[in-house]
Amino acid sequence: MSEPLTRTRLIRTLNQTIRILLMLATTFLGLLLITFLIGRIVPIDPVLAVVGDKASPQVYEKARIAMGLHLPLWKQFLIYIGNVVTGDFGTSVLTANPVIDDILRVFPATFELAITATIMGILSGIPLGIFSAVKQGSFFDHVTRVIGLFGYSLPIFWLGLLALMFFYVRLDLLPGPGRVDLFYEGIVTPVTGILMIDSIIAGEWEIFRNAVYHLILPASLLGYYSMAYLSRMTRSFMIEQLRQEYILTARVKGVKEWKVIWGHALGNCAIPLITVIALSFGSLLEGSVLTETVFAWPGLGLYLTNSLLNADMNAVLGSTIVVGAIFLGVNLFSDVLYKVMDPRAR
Amino acid sequence: MTGNTSLLTVKDLSVVFSSFKGDVCAVNNISFSMGREKLGIVGESGSGKSVTGRAVLRLLPPYARVRASEISLRGKNLLDFSEKQMRKIRGMEISMVMQDPKYSLNPVRTVGEQIREAYTIHHKAGKKQARQKALDMLNAVRIRNPEQVYDLYPHEVSGGMGQRIMIAMMLIPEPSLLIADEPTSALDVTVQLQVLAILDDLVSERGMGLMFISHDLELVASFCDRVIIMYGGQIMEVLDAGNLHKSNHPYTKGLLSCLPKIDGTQDRLPTLVRDDAWLKPAPGLFSGGAAS
Amino acid sequence: MMTNKTLKTGRMREWLRADTPDSAFQAWSGRAYLGLLRFMKNRLAVLGLLIIVALIVIAVLAPVIAPYDPVETDIGNRLQPLSFTHYLGTDEMGRDIFSRIVFGSRLTLYIISLVAIIAAPVGILVGTVAGYFGGIVDTVLMRITDIFLAFPKLILALAFVSALGPGIENAVIAISITSWPPYARIARAETITIRNCDFIKAVRLQGAGALRIITGHIMPLCLPSLIIRVTLDMAGIILTAAGLGFLGLGAQPPTPEWGAMTAGGRTYIIDHWWLISMPGTAIFIVSLAFNLLGDGLREVLDPRSDN
Repeated sequence: MSEPLTRTRLIRTLNQTIRILLMLATTFLGLLLITFLIGRIVPIDPVLAVVGDKASPQVYEKARIAMGLHLPLWKQFLIYIGNVVTGDFGTSVLTANPVIDDILRVFPATFELAITATIMGILSGIPLGIFSAVKQGSFFDHVTRVIGLFGYSLPIFWLGLLALMFFYVRLDLLPGPGRVDLFYEGIVTPVTGILMIDSIIAGEWEIFRNAVYHLILPASLLGYYSMAYLSRMTRSFMIEQLRQEYILTARVKGVKEWKVIWGHALGNCAIPLITVIALSFGSLLEGSVLTETVFAWPGLGLYLTNSLLNADMNAVLGSTIVVGAIFLGVNLFSDVLYKVMDPRAR
Repeated sequence: MTGNTSLLTVKDLSVVFSSFKGDVCAVNNISFSMGREKLGIVGESGSGKSVTGRAVLRLLPPYARVRASEISLRGKNLLDFSEKQMRKIRGMEISMVMQDPKYSLNPVRTVGEQIREAYTIHHKAGKKQARQKALDMLNAVRIRNPEQVYDLYPHEVSGGMGQRIMIAMMLIPEPSLLIADEPTSALDVTVQLQVLAILDDLVSERGMGLMFISHDLELVASFCDRVIIMYGGQIMEVLDAGNLHKSNHPYTKGLLSCLPKIDGTQDRLPTLVRDDAWLKPAPGLFSGGAAS
Repeated sequence: MMTNKTLKTGRMREWLRADTPDSAFQAWSGRAYLGLLRFMKNRLAVLGLLIIVALIVIAVLAPVIAPYDPVETDIGNRLQPLSFTHYLGTDEMGRDIFSRIVFGSRLTLYIISLVAIIAAPVGILVGTVAGYFGGIVDTVLMRITDIFLAFPKLILALAFVSALGPGIENAVIAISITSWPPYARIARAETITIRNCDFIKAVRLQGAGALRIITGHIMPLCLPSLIIRVTLDMAGIILTAAGLGFLGLGAQPPTPEWGAMTAGGRTYIIDHWWLISMPGTAIFIVSLAFNLLGDGLREVLDPRSDN
């Protein structure tokens, strides 16, 4: 295309990028504001928690100034932002580690779980959704919809407990809670934090197999919910596309039916599906909180609930910010991908 | 007048849609035939004209029940064909151009790619060869810079260009019959004439048959050789385009008199008074009356 | 032989089904009637509705239906399996599970009603105001909405509850805070579609102020999509509330909250499966009912639904 056109296109993309970044920044700031405020509405006096209730007024005042609590609220907030951006979430009351270290240590476990579950969801949910849409109204369609419906109605902690009871206790098919058997814990040096990859790197095949076995049940649990969501959305998108006129055009041309569905129709669904998959991943991060509790999976979710039960506010808020940030990142990523892939949005 | 060696013969075609409120008879026992000529099918909305076109291609939705004693293309009865055989017919022998290229073109594929697909379905050809054929076709529909247009997306082309692309896409496998379902209804009047001219040339050049479905009586009269007038799923009249104004059928006459004429009187425009007697009852094929 | 009654109902049906209604009321009633018919055809949706009605009835009549006191312990009778004296068995403190579930229905209703009453109006208000005024008002309100949407629901609710302390009211507040953004989004989208319609312009010409337009004209038109969304959300809210209860952050013991009951029975699942199965099933059934009802409503009220 001609010169001025590429320049205006460049300016336009720059404009869009700046706008997106601005939106991202303001949303993240809003997130921080909310967590900051939550931290301030705690009924426990944070100074007392540090100095103890036997301290003299002078010690109390010194501690208060040291913690920056004498400053006006907005100044405190600015300091808070500065801290967060540099990764300082404070120290965990429970583990006495910097919260950020704790989070970095536990997050890979959750990531492993969520990614595996998302992949399972994609591989099962999308084809199911397509078949459902093509054979709309058939028995298969109804069965799929029922399975999907259950995915929206079953409490995940309950299903997890039942699955554990069934597959672990009754059938002894799969291992119980935890990431690996107690026997194997701590042998593999964490490189990525993802046990499966680390154990391969270390060449410990027994541990690898054990880790995979442990992963199956919690990942399948989350994967089921992902599948329910993805199959429903895929079905909805596909039905919408199959109604369009260009599908008729393809058939008039004599395109084979499978190509009409998997090529033309699915091709048009791909773009909104990416957004949906990103959303699914995000909601799996949420679902992992309860899943990790049931399966004693040492990830961010378990860390969050433990901190909660021990009133470790720094850890709780730190985890909340991290998950919120990931959510934002994932949504941003899917938005960008959407713009890149959809020719109409360019 | 082109020869009437029958290209398409339709006998006793009926189409019934099952809906929430009951059965609706969209096409009620019609029969007609056409050769390598331009046949217009005119009617109001709901007269069954579009349904007829799609029934020939067997591309009606699954909740439509189609019955006919014969639908033959050059003597071969398509009703005996399996779906696989029909797929070979579609594009190769019979094609269809639809109303609005905004919707009838795949929005996420380039225009050139779509035309190319129309070719490679029915002919074995390499990518380069197929691309060249597509470019040739774009030329044939008088698109001035085919190389550039090839890489455009449907939302990047104008209505008239989009329709020409549709025509290119539908004619590239060289079918003998083209069904055009309201091909110019979504276009501006000036663009309409351009597209019609292209259609006219291509159809005559290739000796094809054209089934031109429209609601525009005057347009069909000026463009086509013969005209079928449909109402309520039935054929009211069949006549040569030139004899349209000499028609004696009350419905046709009523339609004609409804059209405003620039040199007509200043009186109130007459409205069509419908007579149920025009519709003969369905000969007991399906339960349920005609849609009117 | 047609009696007077059949004549009357016949005429009523004709009036409702008339193709050319004589008044707005007739048109509205006709559509409502047809919508009702369509809804009734969906047996699952009707089932959902019946379950919810049953839930309300059970909650209201809880003291009458439950044979035992839900909080009274009876250690001697703990962990009893299903029997004729204890329909659903007893839990680890000897309490009758059936009675606890019956009383737990009150909690469930309490939670979802509160959340609906808090979140929906806030959402509609924010959405319609943002959509109607546009400009800077819209941008600011939508930024705020996006910020709350950016938080995963459960996590934010957890953070809130951790700050405020466990308890059912805090759980409700926490859940409501995360529930209103989707409603704002929907209301805003509908408002934007409607605000450019001619009838709005007409009303404005007649001198209607913004308040009247928003509350009198725009909000009612947003209602169908909102009702659908709220109903469908109820299912998720029940699950979130149960999740909070499971973690010990909702209603505190001995309150018979279904999620907390499941957590309590966790250590006994191997040999006393009924401790977790019963409350879990209850949660499942109610959540399912709202999903079915919501789907059914969507098919009737939303013209774009897949058919």
